[in-house]
Amino acid sequence: MITLQGISKSFRVAKRSAGMRQAMKALFVREHAIVDALRDISFTIKEGEIVGYIGPNGAGKSTTIKVMSGIMVPDRGSCSIMGYTPWQERRAYVGNIGVVFGQRSQLWWDVPVIDSFELLRDIYKIPHRSYAGNLDLLTETLGLGSLLQTPVRQLSLGQRMRCEIAASLLHGPKILFLDEPTIGLDAISKIAVRQFIKTINKEKGVTVILTTHDMSDIEALADRILMIGNGTLLYDGNLDELRGRFGTHRTVTVDYRANATPLDIPGASLLSWSPERAVLSVDTEQVLMALVIARLSEQVELVDVAIETKPVDELIVELYKEHRI
Amino acid sequence: MNAYLSVWRLRFINGMQYRAAAYAGMATQLFFGLVFIMIFVAFYQHSTQEQPISLKDVISYTWLQQIFLAFIMLWFRDNEIFQLITGGNIAYELCRPCGIYEFWFSKLLAQRVSSAALRCFPILIVAFLLPRPYRLQLPPSLTAGLLFVVSLLLGLLVVVSISMLIYISVFWTMSPVGSTLLIAVAGEFFAGLVIPVPLMPAWLQQIANALPFRWTADFPFRVYSGQIPQAEALWGILIQLLWLAALVGFGRWSLHRALRQVVVQGG
Repeated sequence: MITLQGISKSFRVAKRSAGMRQAMKALFVREHAIVDALRDISFTIKEGEIVGYIGPNGAGKSTTIKVMSGIMVPDRGSCSIMGYTPWQERRAYVGNIGVVFGQRSQLWWDVPVIDSFELLRDIYKIPHRSYAGNLDLLTETLGLGSLLQTPVRQLSLGQRMRCEIAASLLHGPKILFLDEPTIGLDAISKIAVRQFIKTINKEKGVTVILTTHDMSDIEALADRILMIGNGTLLYDGNLDELRGRFGTHRTVTVDYRANATPLDIPGASLLSWSPERAVLSVDTEQVLMALVIARLSEQVELVDVAIETKPVDELIVELYKEHRI
Repeated sequence: MNAYLSVWRLRFINGMQYRAAAYAGMATQLFFGLVFIMIFVAFYQHSTQEQPISLKDVISYTWLQQIFLAFIMLWFRDNEIFQLITGGNIAYELCRPCGIYEFWFSKLLAQRVSSAALRCFPILIVAFLLPRPYRLQLPPSLTAGLLFVVSLLLGLLVVVSISMLIYISVFWTMSPVGSTLLIAVAGEFFAGLVIPVPLMPAWLQQIANALPFRWTADFPFRVYSGQIPQAEALWGILIQLLWLAALVGFGRWSLHRALRQVVVQGG
């Protein structure tokens, strides 16, 4: 459904250092630096997938989204989405996709949300019946109800974001690009948005590509992760694989009845210790967890045991480290 | 509904909200109309020469300028579009299945029409009720009136197509201040908004005739009073159409070029 082949894009960025002298100098000579935003990016996405697109700030995530949504023209490479080359057949192509830029707004600031929706209906030439159907579905699943009659400037960020997402889906697109859709949202709105993305993916078969810095988004949604750093694609696979690669360490926190002698468990290293609580790090490839627990209960009277896998955030940090980005 | 009509409608509704601005605008425009006319009255009383345009026509000219200010002013601007370009929200405009040029053109048109609709009628009524010589005269014939309406509307389209170029220039300059100021000052002078074009020296009139600005304001206002005869008015309308085609053509071409190399600002 989506195929990118060797996409590259570089920007010319004007540069100067701080200070008066540099500013005066820049009046006559401007220095430019070429920044490679994307280098030779290739991947394929099948219909119905949810793909998480991650990477540190400035890695090229948004640029890729912009290339795929026909906004930007890459320097080199080819891209075919549903048979279209986005930047060449922009007007015919964009009717098939929906885009949400989490940091921008597509709704008209001073008028009620419904007015913006009706404008979109006319722009996309959505037939009245499917517009009414889509609007009902979106109103219900995103809980828009009374928001539709409210001017956008009076909505909270979470309410507005739900309306933004609805606005991008009114025309029933086959592909949805989400550029940081949960940025700045509270827990309830985040979960509502995630739930909704899952629903439309399952029920309508919408292919979803989302960029985010919130790894719990990825955990909750993405079957597949693409990781980009410095404009290069570094990882393409699923989350479990990634866990397997870095995630054999578990953190074990134990509470026990007061015990004066420090614990000594073979195969586990002690991270911290007090007479009532200890934190251990266990590598499950080296030693079985069952064995560690058994030895623990021999040495102390256990009150509580908590075993945690490494948070996805830390996995990602390690992955970034491995690639030195 | 057609997308362009729909955005026109929404922008129009949006524009009709600004009532306080409309009242203030009405007061200002009445005040300026009266002041300008006082100056012209004094000028005509004390001039010994025969002027190329009669006082009565200059007064209509001045009132029409004030009444249709929103149609002809080049400094009239839509900050939303500037922010769209400099702030990067243009990303959303670009993923809509419609032409950006037409889309913005409709928006700008609606903004000017809604602003004029709010203000023109009260000023029009006042200008018709004032005592002579301040009173606005009716056009000499129905044909002159019709030709005026046609040329005024074409002039409006020409103004919007000129201002489109200001917006497009922001893709390169990243700031609307310079291009708005330059085009607004030069454009309004050559449109006859400072001194009516017939009162300019001959060499300046030649420059004004070669530029598009005169066709947006000076021309329709003189058609109104019959100062430009009807046969000449028809030729003028043809010239307006040619300017419109040229400006729209150039605007579309440069917008296309701007979008090829667009950098969405702000990530």
